[in-house]
Amino acid sequence: MLLKKVQIPGLLLAGFISFFVAGALIALLAHSTTLNVSALWQDPYYRHITTFSFYQAFLSTLLSVVLAIPISHALYRREFWGKALLLKLFASTLVLPVLVAIFGLLSIYGNSGLLAQLLTKFQASLPFSIYGLKGILLAHVFFNLPFATRLFLQALQSIPEPQHKLAAHLGMTHWLKFKYLEWPHIRGQLTHVAGLIFMLCFTSFATVMAIGGGPKATTIELAIYQAIKFDFDLQSGALLALWQMSLCALLAFFIQKTMRSSRLSASYTSVKVYLFSDRKRDKCWDFFCITLVIAFVIPPLLMVLVAGLNEKLLIVLSDFYFWMAFKNSMIIAISAGFLALTLAFFILLCSRVWRMRGLHSYADNIEILATIILVTPGLVISTGLFLLLREFNHYAMLPLFIVIVVNALMALPFALKNLAEPMLHNAQKYDKLCASLGIFSGYRFYLIEWKALKIPIVQAFSLSFALSIGDLSAIALFGNRDFSTLPLYLFQLMGSYQMQSAAVVALILLLLSVGIFILTERIFHLKRVQND
Amino acid sequence: MQKNIILLALSALFIQPTWAENAPLEKLTVYTYNSFTSDWGPGPKIEKAFEESCNCDLDFVSLDDGISVLNRLRLEGNNSRADIILGLDDSLMADAEKTGLLAKHNMDLTNIKTANKWTDLTFVPYDQGYFAFVYNKDKLKNPPKSLKELVERKDDLKIIYQDPRTSTPGLGLLLWMKSVYGDSVSRAWKQLDKKTVTVTKGWTESYSMFLKGEADMVLSYTTSPAYHIIVEGKNQYVAADFSEGHYMQTEVAAIVKSSQHKKLAEKFMHFMLSDEFQGEIATGNWMYPVTDVALPEQFRQLTVPSKALSIKSEDVSTHRRAWTREWLNALTD
Repeated sequence: MLLKKVQIPGLLLAGFISFFVAGALIALLAHSTTLNVSALWQDPYYRHITTFSFYQAFLSTLLSVVLAIPISHALYRREFWGKALLLKLFASTLVLPVLVAIFGLLSIYGNSGLLAQLLTKFQASLPFSIYGLKGILLAHVFFNLPFATRLFLQALQSIPEPQHKLAAHLGMTHWLKFKYLEWPHIRGQLTHVAGLIFMLCFTSFATVMAIGGGPKATTIELAIYQAIKFDFDLQSGALLALWQMSLCALLAFFIQKTMRSSRLSASYTSVKVYLFSDRKRDKCWDFFCITLVIAFVIPPLLMVLVAGLNEKLLIVLSDFYFWMAFKNSMIIAISAGFLALTLAFFILLCSRVWRMRGLHSYADNIEILATIILVTPGLVISTGLFLLLREFNHYAMLPLFIVIVVNALMALPFALKNLAEPMLHNAQKYDKLCASLGIFSGYRFYLIEWKALKIPIVQAFSLSFALSIGDLSAIALFGNRDFSTLPLYLFQLMGSYQMQSAAVVALILLLLSVGIFILTERIFHLKRVQND
Repeated sequence: MQKNIILLALSALFIQPTWAENAPLEKLTVYTYNSFTSDWGPGPKIEKAFEESCNCDLDFVSLDDGISVLNRLRLEGNNSRADIILGLDDSLMADAEKTGLLAKHNMDLTNIKTANKWTDLTFVPYDQGYFAFVYNKDKLKNPPKSLKELVERKDDLKIIYQDPRTSTPGLGLLLWMKSVYGDSVSRAWKQLDKKTVTVTKGWTESYSMFLKGEADMVLSYTTSPAYHIIVEGKNQYVAADFSEGHYMQTEVAAIVKSSQHKKLAEKFMHFMLSDEFQGEIATGNWMYPVTDVALPEQFRQLTVPSKALSIKSEDVSTHRRAWTREWLNALTD
């Protein structure tokens, strides 16, 4: 098995990543001497959080997926003003910082939110408290329903037009058409979508931390954070992390096997659907579904936009700590974005050579290795790295450096996903040409890769940037007043009930993450339209 | 051209403002908790007073709470940047001692006025107080008269307290409950849980929720009402007096063994017992000082518990995890 020179950096980097992750875990496990594994599983509290993690992830997935089916179906059949923008918003919930969404949801459904205020006008009170399981489900559905809807919509749009015509010729009713034509397409995506959402909810951290409401609603991920941060019980943290990782690895393996690679992008191509027998009842049903999802997704985001423009705006903007957090967030997001891109590029250089030779299992393995971070709690990596590097603690920059590395690793799977396909196409198109003309290394990168990959590279960067700027898990351990990021700053403001200042920060964070994401999508989408 | 502008903008992010300095002053780094260093806390005034006398640069690093201060020290181990840790309480002393990261203080402790004579060789106390449930007497006409009554009385009282894993008052309640209930504490926690609105991470969140009217009582200190009296001129907030006695907290500081500025650190520890520092405690940290420094007039209005409860630091260290687990399991069953 000969290796090409071009593969060496990618291999080394993938090796480094696995070494980092393993090293971090070992550092935690080795930190104290008594290893009591059995206590972890005999302990009623750990049993409780394991079942709770499964329970909330199962409910969140069920709600998101079941609701996404009729909604995606309705969106698929109907054209209306603003549909493209709505779908763009749906795409951006992926990069929406958790705390911004939580803030939006609290300002609608919270104890002093919009709903509660409306109800007091009618002498009634909120029938539920958002804290606890209800809030976790609400937030998870808010994040994942749009995501699932888009994936199902993509599946529906892959139905060839002649099949629609055939269904019309056969005089199929809507229900029969759904059953025999549309449902199989959705079903093809179902396991993969449900699996992915389950995993995201299972390992969700910031949502549970911000809205969980005490020991009753604690997940494994949060218990890891608590073990490390509250009790400095590194071993329990590492053991719980291994426990969670093995549960997730099984799931991830399962998903990877059933997954068709599709790029994450917010672009949306409209397919004309012919509706031959459109009855009033169908119209009402679709209208109901679409209204429902709009009423669920838009108000919290709108609240963030509206509430952010209050009289505290200038006070926040003149706060020294805000700008410190802003600066740190920018440094982290930009550096992590570049680092994630670089890692993804070299790893894909390596894996695509294998793919070109038909060695897909090699290529899959190195890519899976790079996505290992998806199932590793960010806090475990950052703590482990700190323990490995604490000799250098006299450099004040050490925590910053660690947060950048961990954020880059967290964004890496997404960057990989965005670049994998276009890079492979590039190789298929130009490999022979480059070989015959003797174009390689730096020249090749500039002449071939950069020119053809500009769009996916910028997209991958904006995605990594947005993910890193909203992340709360890597900084969770190191954060203090003098070393903070925008999400942490927002978390502290919300914690001390300074809701107006929090609203300002939430707005800025929303503009930075989703704004940049949508902006790059928009610019390049327009360019693509002009070029096509 | 555009590229250059972007580069300029990016580089501006990375450049730190540099101030004109004559000669670098010796720097003393103190790890402490947020409310100590906040603008309304005692930190800024203490920093100013100490820097005037020492010709040095006092640098507070603020973390969430006392428990975070201890854990940050454990995380950094022998490479800690801290010269002093300030903000642990007596319950955490044995745990902190066990890390082996702290130095002896070699100080004369005769001036210290604590409930029991202070003899610890590593830690020096800087303030003390009693935990108590604070309520608004205009709203709550019939407050419980004992911890048992608070837990067991059949009523729809709503309380907020702090997580014993993250906050020293929360840990204080855990020990208070243990002192009163002993082995039957699990049942008591379950009863208390029915009256609990929420368990917050830190003191600040819970106190703001209480002031917003989300609960009738909040776990705080007997000295908290003094803040409302002195700063806001409000007399309706009072601490409930419990007949079993109140759990006592003494907050302490210690020098870090790996410190490169031992002389300066010792100077700060002496300063901590001076009138300048102790005088800031009552109206800065809203606690009782540990020396004979004069108290503000309004402190006379506060209830003083008839009995102070306390559990030895070594016992807390031995049982803290088990007792915390007792609390967790009672709440999650």
